[in-house]
Formats: sequence, C-alpha cells, structure tokens
Amino acid sequence: MDFSFLSDYSYYFLTGTVNTVLIAFLTVIFGVVIGTLLALMKISSNGIFKFIASAYIEFIRGTPILVQALIFFYLIQIPDFKLFGLEMARFIPGVIALSINSGAYVAEIIRAGIQAVDRGQMEASRSLGFTSGQSMRYIIIPQAIKNILPALGNEFIVVIKESSILSVIGIVELMRSADIVKSAIYRPFEPLLVAAVIYFILTFTLSRVLGIAERRMHTGD
Amino acid sequence: MINVKNLHKKFGKLHVLKGIDTRIEKGEVVVVIGPSGSGKSTFLRCLNLLEQPSDGEIIFEGINITDKRNDINKQRQKMGMVFQNFNLFPHLTVFENITLGPRKLKGETPEQAEKNAMSLLKRIGLEEKANNYPAQLSGGQKQRIAIVRALAMSPDVMLFDEPTSALDPEMVGEVLEVMKELASEGMTMVVVTHEMGFAREVGTRVLFMDEGKIKEEARPEEIFSNPKHERTREFLSKVL
Repeated sequence: MDFSFLSDYSYYFLTGTVNTVLIAFLTVIFGVVIGTLLALMKISSNGIFKFIASAYIEFIRGTPILVQALIFFYLIQIPDFKLFGLEMARFIPGVIALSINSGAYVAEIIRAGIQAVDRGQMEASRSLGFTSGQSMRYIIIPQAIKNILPALGNEFIVVIKESSILSVIGIVELMRSADIVKSAIYRPFEPLLVAAVIYFILTFTLSRVLGIAERRMHTGD
Repeated sequence: MINVKNLHKKFGKLHVLKGIDTRIEKGEVVVVIGPSGSGKSTFLRCLNLLEQPSDGEIIFEGINITDKRNDINKQRQKMGMVFQNFNLFPHLTVFENITLGPRKLKGETPEQAEKNAMSLLKRIGLEEKANNYPAQLSGGQKQRIAIVRALAMSPDVMLFDEPTSALDPEMVGEVLEVMKELASEGMTMVVVTHEMGFAREVGTRVLFMDEGKIKEEARPEEIFSNPKHERTREFLSKVL
C-alpha cells in the first residue's frame, strides 16, 4: 500500500469532504422542512392531506435513492453556473433529490415523536380551552422535540453516507473525489480507503457529539 | 347551568351511554358513582366534548355546545377539568403550567397571571414549588397543582375524572381536602369518583350509573341509607 499520492491529491479529498458536509447539512435542513409538513399532513384529520403524505412517504421509501437522484438530475434542467466552485446544474438537483428522499424518513421520525407524547397532554390542553393548533404549539411540539432531535441526528449521519450516491450525477463530493484520484493514479484501493476513513471520522464524530447532547438533554428533565 | 338531554355515546358498536338526562345547577356538587364500565367517565368527558356525543344535547349556560357550529374552545375555558393522571405539562414549571392558559387565552398580563398563580399556590400550600417541574413533585402535589391550573382560568364549573384513583393511599386525603374546600366556597362540581366518603360528606347529589344509564339519583344521605334500585343496593354493598 502506498499513500504517497496524498501529498499531491489531498486537495481533492478536502474539497470532497467539504462538499459532502455541505450537501448533508442542506439536505437535513430541507428534509426537516419537508418532513415537518408531511408529518403534520399525515396526522391531520383531512383525508386528502393524509393520503398525499402517505403516498409520498411510501413511494420515496419504496424506490432506490439512486433512481431518484438520476430522475431529478434529468428532470431539473437549469442553466449551468458555478457557486463556490460547485456546478449548480448538478448540485441543485442533487440536493433536491436527497432532500425529498430524506423528507420522507424525517416525516416518520417527526410523526412518531409527536405521537409518542401522551394523549392526556392534548386532552389537558384542549380542556383548558386551547385550540388543537395552540395545543400543538405550546404543549405537544415542545415535548415531541425531545423525542425527535436524537433521531434527526441519526438521519444526519445517514444522509452523510447516502450523499455518496450523488457521485453518479457528477457532483464532486467525497466519493467522486476518490474516484477522480483513483483514475489519476491508476490505483483503486488506497483512494477508496481514504474516503472510507474520512466518512467514518465524520459519522463517528457526529454520533459522539449527539450522544453527549442527548445525555445533556435528559439530565435537564 | 348544564342541561343534558338524551345523551348517547357509541364507540363503534359499543353503546356506552344510552340516554342520559340530567340538570346540573349552579353550586351543586354532583358525585357520579357506579361500577367500572358503567360510562361515568365517558359521561363526564362528554360534558366538555373531550368525547363527541353520538346523539343528544348538552346546554351549558344557555349555549348548545353540541351544535356543530359552536366553538367549544370558548366554553371549555369556563369548564375546568381534572384528570386521573394529572396531565401536568412536564416541559413547563408549576408556575408556567398554571399561567399558560390565563396568559394565552384570557390575555392576562404576566403580572396579573403571576399574582393569581401565587395566591392559588399559597392556598394549597405549594408556593415554594412554583419553579419546580412536575417530575419533582409527589402524586398528591401534582394533582393539587392540576386543580389549581384549572382554577386559574376562573371556571364556572369543575369536572373531576377520578382525581384520586392514581394516587398512593396516603396522598388521597390532601387532594380531597382541596376539593372539599372548593365545594365549600360554592364551586359547581361534577365528580366521578370511588371515594364514597367524599360523596357522602361533600356531595349535594349522587348519580348512580350502570350500563350507560343513570339508574338512580338522590341526595347522598338518601342513596347511601336507603337505595331504591336493586343495582344501587348491590353496588353499594360491595364498596361500602
């Protein structure tokens, strides 16, 4: 094994890592927005909303993310321009595809978090005269967040790993960087190993930080 | 104050309430007793529409609250409710539990709400717990706070759904004490309970429910000493 290529190519891995984190970060943010909407639709009493949300969640979870990424890449045609060195014609469809995918999973996390709040809380709040919307806002959501946040952290970790799929549409994230280096030095093994180690450092660090945050939150109970 | 006419409640095929008719007048303490499954909790929960009646009418202070066009949230502010499992909001302090409703729903200023909350807490001797969270309280304390939380909305009637059933025996007394005091101040109360001592001592009227109907209603001294209905006699002989 020979890692001497790192002195010449470490820049690729650095950019790739930065882009991977950026993609994952944006995806989690948009995923939470989409997921919140879907979760609220799914627990609403409106049959049409319920159906739309369920259909969305089932469809997204029942199809491979690779297929979804490619569909969005060909579906969303935007003029190519660069922002922070990223080709937006690839980057934007990629982040949209991942966000739409992640939203379906986040929706289930949020729904489960809300439904885990004791039924009596809603009843107590309604019996004081709060509307169901006010009860959600003042009583249910603040309690549900405690259930949701740890699971959302895990979703962040999942997204970091899944973003590697975006290499197929040519976004230069960590996986694609490893690919580029691989072709440049005619050696497949070492660049992939470097990528794997970087992915692991990212996810492991994150899961440790989340563990600490979770323990802090519980001592606050 | 509350007029219940031909109230029915079905859960799917299960017919829980089979035609309840009764009037609750201002200042009354109506105690609802009966075997489990008789529908007494469902009846109470129908009074503020936590359960939607399947049929019948409930008129509260002249307003038909079972009317679909009525906004129940207004009347719920006038109907305090106390639950078996307290249902305090665990993410809020005792003080916030009490002041949330008055501030958000009645538009009380923080100063007003604080003044009321502290005087209510003082009444039940828990003012030093104002900044504690519910998890730091005993069951009896929780239930007293839950009563005070409902009182902070200055309701016209208080509904109690088995308020002492989830308590350790030694904490039942402190909760009943608060309820007695409330009754003596003239609060209109509807109490679902298994505490026959409370029914006898504080109740102005006792409803005996069985199989979704009011089988018998009378003043407590009457119903306890001379029950008319066979089922009432049988039930009372088991619980007394």
